[in-house]
Amino acid sequence: MLGFSLRSLWNRRFVAGLTVMAISLSVALILGVERLRDGARDSFANSASGIDLIVAPRSNPVQILMATVFGVGGTGTGMTWESFEWLEDRPEVAWAVPIQMGDNHRGYPVIGTDAAYFEHFRHSGGQPLSLAAGGFFSSDGPDDAAVVGAEVASRFGYAPGAVIVNAHGSGEVSFDLHDDAPFTISGVLAPTGTAVDRMVFVTLEGFDTLHAQEDAPLADPLDPADKPADGHDEHEDHGEHEGTEAGHGHEPDRINAVYVGLIDRTNVLGLQRAVNERPSDALSAVLPAVALAELWGITGTAERAMCLMAWAVALAGMIGMVVMLSATLDTRRREFAILRSVGATPTRIFALIVTEAAVLTAAGLILGLVLLTVATFVTDPILSARFGLRLGLNVFGARELATLFLIFCAGLLASLIPAVRVYRMTLADGLSVRL
Amino acid sequence: MFLHGPSGCGKSTLLSAIAGVVEVPKEAMRVADQDIAALRGSVRDRFRVDHIGMIFQVFNLIPWLSALENVLLPCTFSQRRRTRAGDDPAGTARRLLDELGLSDPSLTSKQAHELSVGQQQRVAAARALIGKPDLILADEPTSALDEAAKAAFVELLARECAEAGAALLFVSHDRGLERHFDRGVDFQDLNRRAA
Repeated sequence: MLGFSLRSLWNRRFVAGLTVMAISLSVALILGVERLRDGARDSFANSASGIDLIVAPRSNPVQILMATVFGVGGTGTGMTWESFEWLEDRPEVAWAVPIQMGDNHRGYPVIGTDAAYFEHFRHSGGQPLSLAAGGFFSSDGPDDAAVVGAEVASRFGYAPGAVIVNAHGSGEVSFDLHDDAPFTISGVLAPTGTAVDRMVFVTLEGFDTLHAQEDAPLADPLDPADKPADGHDEHEDHGEHEGTEAGHGHEPDRINAVYVGLIDRTNVLGLQRAVNERPSDALSAVLPAVALAELWGITGTAERAMCLMAWAVALAGMIGMVVMLSATLDTRRREFAILRSVGATPTRIFALIVTEAAVLTAAGLILGLVLLTVATFVTDPILSARFGLRLGLNVFGARELATLFLIFCAGLLASLIPAVRVYRMTLADGLSVRL
Repeated sequence: MFLHGPSGCGKSTLLSAIAGVVEVPKEAMRVADQDIAALRGSVRDRFRVDHIGMIFQVFNLIPWLSALENVLLPCTFSQRRRTRAGDDPAGTARRLLDELGLSDPSLTSKQAHELSVGQQQRVAAARALIGKPDLILADEPTSALDEAAKAAFVELLARECAEAGAALLFVSHDRGLERHFDRGVDFQDLNRRAA
């Protein structure tokens, strides 16, 4: 019966091919949307693993998470170094890492931090950062040292020793280059599959130095009180930075955020309350997992809309198949009559139609998977470079297999409509069809 | 037997009744010593292909199968026909096609829709004959052929049926073909007697 169905479909290969294409596109779309969503969620969750609390100037938790972990957007006014020290000295805090933001290197976010970042940051289920080449910067090393993420290094061909220049702001195109304060790359990070791959890390002192140098020309000569209208207005007093101190070395006046790790995670809510209630600084303490859940709540509607559209395309593909099978029934009536005359029962002809639908759906599923794999292969570097999303050429998971099975069953169910028509037709027509 | 009558007098309905496709009262119709009305569902379908070969007027073949594959169709669905076609059903099919004037291998491997009407009718005849069924029902198989081809086809068919030991019930409205048969029956006479 299968060979017979294949021959029959081959005879109608143009229309059958279009049907297969429609099904394959819907399959690729459904699985693609799912993968994109999973990829985004995994990428986000992996990027924030290991951080118990993010403290930043008071703002929306999602905005703080996006800015501090993914380098998207900003955190508003900076928090004072005194607040950082207060936080670091809390008994429940195991470690605290200061974060400065607001610059970019050829479109990639630049993070000002200290050596503690590389020691404490964890990604993808607890893995520490490792180096592909060179070394991390340290408090007793040069101020102009920079460590670049794997993607930044591979895109621009950077290696330890290379000199880079950062730009002001977070856009990809900037006319305000800090070319008077270049950095020398000390190390290149190994790939993590997270936002870290797309970041450039510089020392706190280096980050401050380049803004101190730019303050003079940016100031309005007619209004000495005027401040630059960007996220770095907190750096106007760089000249007053005091010398180095054990632990963090340079101490900036203001920073943008602090990553906090706790000795005992059960204290997280207590510390969060303490931060939120601190009167001297308007701060927010964000639990990454809670902020992520909030983010998924916001994006959920768009995700559902995309899923709905993908399933609508699948439905259109199924309807296309039913139309194709039904439209050919009348022209195939004599064919069915001949088959009956040579011994095919109505049930076998019913099975022929269902087998044809099964072949079309299966071919659509296989072609859809091929399309998805090719699309993933082609778009992975682009999505990774632009959005930090890693889709990966994964093997198909249980949920994806379940989706494929569901589409296959839907194809078989849809074929019952023309199959039942054929069954009735072959019983009624018998062997005496007149065309 | 040659059964003739004008269009619409019920010839094709009679063939459908003999083939067990339309319902008839019990004991009204016996084919190969079997009361066709007593058989039900798939048993009747199997009986039909085991014992009856059919030739239609036009659109006789599955267009996307080759001539040879069309001939072999009854052997696909009937164990009895396959057994009676010998150890090599494909060889038997080729021999039948050869005897019916289609010996060229390029013709037998051609798809049915690429053959001329006359060639298609001969392939249909070979398909009805393969596996030596007891009865061949031919429903106006010559209506699409010209006069010379008609006579040649009927003679060929009659001879092959005789060799296969099959009864031939040939239905047509063209009385000119009656001379090729042992018996001729006017369907309108049958209707009058039944009334």
